[in-house]
Amino acid sequence: MSLNRKYIPIVVTIMLFLVMFAVGSFRYTGFFSFQVLMNLLIDNAFLLITAVGMSFVILSGGIDLSVGSIIALSTMISASLVQQHGWSPAIVIPLVLMMGAGFGSAMGAIIHYFKIQPFIVTLAGMFMARGLCYVISIDTITIDHPFYTTMAQTKIPLPGGNSLSISAVIALIVVVIAIYVAHYTRFGRNVYALGGNEQSSLLMGLPVARTKILVYTLSGFCSALAGVVFTFYMLSGYGLHAVGFELDTIAAVVIGGTLLTGGVGYLLGTFFGVMIQGIIQTIISFEGTLSSWWTKIAIGLLLFVFILLQRMLSAKRSAQKQV
Amino acid sequence: MNTQKPLLQMKQIHKRFPGVKALTNVSLRLFPGEVHALMGENGAGKSTLIKVLTGVYSIDEGVVEMEGVQVSMQSPLESQAAGISTVYQEVNLCPNLTVAENIFIGREPRRFGRILWKEMNKRAQTLLSERLNLHIDVTEPLYMYSVAVQQLIAIARALNISAKVLILDEPTSSLDKNEVQQLFRVIEKLKRDGLAILFVTHFLDQMYEISERVTILRNGEFIGEYMAKELPRLDLVLKMIGKELNLLEQLPQLVEDHEASANETLVTAEGLGRKGAIEPFDLSIRRGEVVGLAGLLGSGRTETARLFFGADKPDSGTLTFADGGSGVQTPRDAINHRIAFCSENRKTEGIIGDLSVRENIILALQAKQGMFRTISRKQQEQYADEYIRMLNINPPNPEHLIKNLSGGNQQKVLLARWLLTSPQLFILDEPTRGIDIGAKAEIQKLVLSLSRQGMSFLFISSELEEVLRVSDRVAILRDRHKVTELTDTNMSQQQIMQAIAGG
Amino acid sequence: MSKIYKHHLFWPLCVLAALLLFNLLYSPDFFSITMHDGHLYGSLIDILNFGAPLMLVAIGMTLVVATKGIDLSVGSIVAISGAIACLTISKGTDQNALGLVTFSILLAVGLSIILGAWNGLLVSVAGIQPIIATLILMVAGRGIAQLVTDGQIITVTSTSYSYIGSGSLATLPFSIFVVAIALVIALLLTRKTSLGLFIESVGCNPTASRMAGIRATVVIFAVYIFCGVCAGVAGLLLSSNVSSADGNNAGLWYELDAILAVVIGGTSLNGGRFYLAGTVIGALIIQTLTTTIYMIGVPPEITLVVKAFVVLAVCLIQSETFRSSIVYRRHKRQDTMKKEVARRVS
Repeated sequence: MSLNRKYIPIVVTIMLFLVMFAVGSFRYTGFFSFQVLMNLLIDNAFLLITAVGMSFVILSGGIDLSVGSIIALSTMISASLVQQHGWSPAIVIPLVLMMGAGFGSAMGAIIHYFKIQPFIVTLAGMFMARGLCYVISIDTITIDHPFYTTMAQTKIPLPGGNSLSISAVIALIVVVIAIYVAHYTRFGRNVYALGGNEQSSLLMGLPVARTKILVYTLSGFCSALAGVVFTFYMLSGYGLHAVGFELDTIAAVVIGGTLLTGGVGYLLGTFFGVMIQGIIQTIISFEGTLSSWWTKIAIGLLLFVFILLQRMLSAKRSAQKQV
Repeated sequence: MNTQKPLLQMKQIHKRFPGVKALTNVSLRLFPGEVHALMGENGAGKSTLIKVLTGVYSIDEGVVEMEGVQVSMQSPLESQAAGISTVYQEVNLCPNLTVAENIFIGREPRRFGRILWKEMNKRAQTLLSERLNLHIDVTEPLYMYSVAVQQLIAIARALNISAKVLILDEPTSSLDKNEVQQLFRVIEKLKRDGLAILFVTHFLDQMYEISERVTILRNGEFIGEYMAKELPRLDLVLKMIGKELNLLEQLPQLVEDHEASANETLVTAEGLGRKGAIEPFDLSIRRGEVVGLAGLLGSGRTETARLFFGADKPDSGTLTFADGGSGVQTPRDAINHRIAFCSENRKTEGIIGDLSVRENIILALQAKQGMFRTISRKQQEQYADEYIRMLNINPPNPEHLIKNLSGGNQQKVLLARWLLTSPQLFILDEPTRGIDIGAKAEIQKLVLSLSRQGMSFLFISSELEEVLRVSDRVAILRDRHKVTELTDTNMSQQQIMQAIAGG
Repeated sequence: MSKIYKHHLFWPLCVLAALLLFNLLYSPDFFSITMHDGHLYGSLIDILNFGAPLMLVAIGMTLVVATKGIDLSVGSIVAISGAIACLTISKGTDQNALGLVTFSILLAVGLSIILGAWNGLLVSVAGIQPIIATLILMVAGRGIAQLVTDGQIITVTSTSYSYIGSGSLATLPFSIFVVAIALVIALLLTRKTSLGLFIESVGCNPTASRMAGIRATVVIFAVYIFCGVCAGVAGLLLSSNVSSADGNNAGLWYELDAILAVVIGGTSLNGGRFYLAGTVIGALIIQTLTTTIYMIGVPPEITLVVKAFVVLAVCLIQSETFRSSIVYRRHKRQDTMKKEVARRVS
């Protein structure tokens, strides 16, 4: 089978990752190692988890700006309950996850039933969650509960002296589950259908309302999970955690080859999108002389290239239709 | 002859909307193994009837029976469960999903909740090749295929829901000849399989080619059910348009004789055409002449008008103007050649709903003059008042939002918008549709008086007597071809009717 | 008299008045304005002065929103413009030289025009959805601003430059005059030329506008440039006020506040009619709200929660579905479902 046009963006993404890794390996000593790859996973575990939720939202034709704030709120609730109120993590973590899911489904319901643009509803959600953080506390709350420190420090050894963190493993599990859900369940396919054409989905008798609300629920859940993982990483709760994170997440999804207008894209692409962001950071830190803002400029550039690529592909698509 | 019982029967259906009787006493019988055509002009009630049948609208009175048993159709799902499936003109599938998914989504074969892709693809392949003779790769996304194939896939989806009744709502509107034949072969096959097919179309040739039976609606009323073979074309057209032959000759002679034939030619179209819209045609318009375009709905009338205005780009042919200019690619080009166009879609292509009557009136003139040569507020008000008086726009308040005006008054505002640009050629597409008798007569009079002052018109209307009343010459379109031109001497409703019916 | 309720400024003004009234009750000297060395001081003046950048950005955003667009990159443009101006001045030998300051301002404004044109190009010519097109500059622009400032805060010691953001003219802060000039320019452009008519026309019904001969591409391109310039000037005000440029934080959240101000002012996110005066009041409401929250001693970050409710409330009021769902509350849900299907099928 020849290369299908639908695979072009994801192939570009994977190639880009490989090229970047190759370039890094040639330029810098110590770059070409398995552990560098593992570190990409470890450092971007929470981005990966959030991006998975965002992928579903974008595939369904929506957008979720509240992810960064929900992460912050999750860290804040966790820290406050564990540190200041002495609750057990066994209760706090499920509670936080439920909070995220509930927050997401409320936004989904407003988007669906009142037909307000997802952009503006999730913007309100973003303000709300961020503001609620400060209602809890304005300052950083450090977490020193043994469970969290254990989660932060435990390394899972891999062959060859490499290791992975627990967070990274959670992120990998989330990706695998997400790939299964997206491609092998009715919910997943309904998300794609919804992103392809909402009106048709309705006429084909698909559960549009349920799917739409579930998508935002899922994204809220993933953000909350990312927030939990974030606490393992940062060992603190703070209202300024993950500011502007929604942009990184959206960028990762788009660089992963998902069409921002919905309906086209792969979770595997999102995985590589996150890895590309990670490798840009790694290269910049290996370079030494380059400052961190080059990351943003590079990501903006990549966004531009991918959006333009998608635009060209979809223009071809509509041209093809007329033939 | 089919002596079977009807598979689906609708009896004395009534459907009212606030202020409108959409369907009055309409009946419909669909027999297994038959193609039943549903025909009627704009506003005949075809789409309302389909929506009733598919459970989108509930009926006010009447009975729907499926195989002799009364059924209720309260929602699209109930209708689907009763075995009624619809394939719309615009394909209602998801272009981003694969062919197989489009057929099966919502009912994918699963084991323990896991979608069995191989099984699904295999079934889709079998379904398409065995029932529709379509051999394509079902793992490709839908957008890779032409509209014709997409339509067949939509039919496959309908069949998979074990449809007994298949409604095809203007399936051929965007297909070319070969694609229509491909579709018809499938329909023939489905007919042999015992399906009852309701075929909504406005192409006469296609109706005669494929249908056994035809039901005609007009203005929401049931005109009759006929066997296609026993219904001459002319009768069909007469029934659709609503005229009896013997009444035809009494034409109110509004037009006093007027010689436009001596005037110079203003614009000439040579071989102008666009694929899928209108076959290449020649047409020239003289100064001060009113050229009517007559034909049934979907015959290419609007498409012709749009090519003259540059609303769609032509793929072939040329437009040449008397002043030596040529070529119209965009509406701006047309406006620069002093062409004006009132679209039939007042809401989407005409009015700017949130703006006032005054702003809507001066919009085209202002656009023509450019951003910086602003028409002063005082001048704007003068123009608005002038046209409100001249065209009798009601309410006579230039600051009223246009979306709150009645259809007739909106139409008058649009006329005012274009008259203000003092066009040489004014294209009117259904200018009197959906507006009251008084306003209608006013618009017709306006066309006549302006043409006497030297303005040329291209006039499109579904109402033949209106076309006849205002036109010096009528071009007849049928099935996207310009078939003939009739001038004063041989212009009677009967002749036009015959030309429209053709064959 | 009943017409007053229907005026588009009625509700925004009511909210503003209510906020001010609350402040007056809470701290009676809220309205007091005093004179020191020829400058007026007082909370009201502060609101105007600190609200100036937001008002500017929101004025530009209004026109973009009126074309059914959105510009997410304004915050980044604010940061870039301030950074470029401060960098240029800080490199000069005599920071107070008028020529240098003028040059740096022109440079910043020129750059803003280019950035606005970039957005306009992507939206009008490339045909990319506004929210996506401007996202690119929103992400990259922040990086560019940090690149310009080298991640540091650039401080300048130019009194001429700081005049823009903190000087005063005729006893009032100079920034108020900048906003007034921008507002007048916007009003002249949109009400004295026919640009305003074209913007509303394109935003309300793009197809019909094209049919009426309006060059939608040019109109859309123009509004993004204007929005870029407004954001650029706002960046100058902001950086001049504190005599420094912070590439990391300057203009953060501005896009959201600006959109909020536009929506509060009565311009719908669905495009069409726009209200510049409403937008200015919207921006004032946001600024007053922030001031109020500061004053009553609640952490300022909690403003966000209030903003969230305001966004939601305004959008719900603008949502037709929501309004009709209140009207038809008695009807069963099934009815609305059916209507919904009918609406979509037809």
